Amino acid sequence: MSQAQATAHAEEEHHTSTGLSHNKILMWAFLASDCMFFGTLIMTYMIYRNRSVTGPYPRDVLNIPYTSVSAAVLLLSSLMMVLALQAIQRGRMREYRVWQLATAGLGLLFLGGQFFEFTEFYRDHGLSLSSNLFGSTFFVLTGFHGTHVGIGIIWLISLVIMSLRGTLTPAQAEKVEIAGLYWHFVDIVWIIIFTVVYLIPY
Amino acid sequence: MSTSHQTTAAEHGHPGAAEYVKIAVILSILTMTEVAIWYIPAFAAILTPALIVLSIAKFTLVVMFYMHLKFDSRLFSGVFLWGLFVAISILLTMMALYVNF
Repeated sequence: MSQAQATAHAEEEHHTSTGLSHNKILMWAFLASDCMFFGTLIMTYMIYRNRSVTGPYPRDVLNIPYTSVSAAVLLLSSLMMVLALQAIQRGRMREYRVWQLATAGLGLLFLGGQFFEFTEFYRDHGLSLSSNLFGSTFFVLTGFHGTHVGIGIIWLISLVIMSLRGTLTPAQAEKVEIAGLYWHFVDIVWIIIFTVVYLIPY
Repeated sequence: MSTSHQTTAAEHGHPGAAEYVKIAVILSILTMTEVAIWYIPAFAAILTPALIVLSIAKFTLVVMFYMHLKFDSRLFSGVFLWGLFVAISILLTMMALYVNF
């Protein structure tokens, strides 16, 4: 895409009947609906967590120090994300790519940690999706969150590739802002999951 | 009739890098506090309410500063808070009905 086309495209995107970006309104509406989605999954976990008739039980498998590090990794990725947004808004494309790749890298680290945790639960404790109510609700909740993280990583890497190909310019920083909203949402969902699933005693 | 808008940091008054780092430090301290009180037996009696307050504080910081709700249009806040309100209402109702305290 030529520079003229990119500019025309950016201008087209900025026309709105409300004075606000429709894309951003749409993303906030999606995040609101995702609140209900995760709210339901968290509630289901809370209801069934202590109703397993056979082990393993949460106290047997959950590893607080390990998950604390995972939570810190995701929080740090949110910092990288806002720095990436700030860089592209100021036209610093090289800096943008560094922060954006750092965000995606930390997301990958989090996902790797989750994969290791799931493997350990299954191999060492025999906890699976069908072993008891705790296993079913735990894996569905944290698995769906992990899926969100995975989608976010693909999205962020796609933006970096677009910037390398010249199809993402500072004039289109809103695309990064919208991806950032999604990424921060994934972070705040983990803040709740970390407290409800791992820390609050039952 | 359509109008146009710009999404520059300056127009929205978004925080700078130093503020973002400060928020990250506060978030880290809150997370360390959560984990610390989980280990200290003296906090056992107030553990659950303390953890809920700390996680709400972290949630609010991310939404207000990293997601820019503090600086952006109130319409965005309204759209998001409506979904959050419905989710919390369902959560509390289900909790009252099915969770054994």
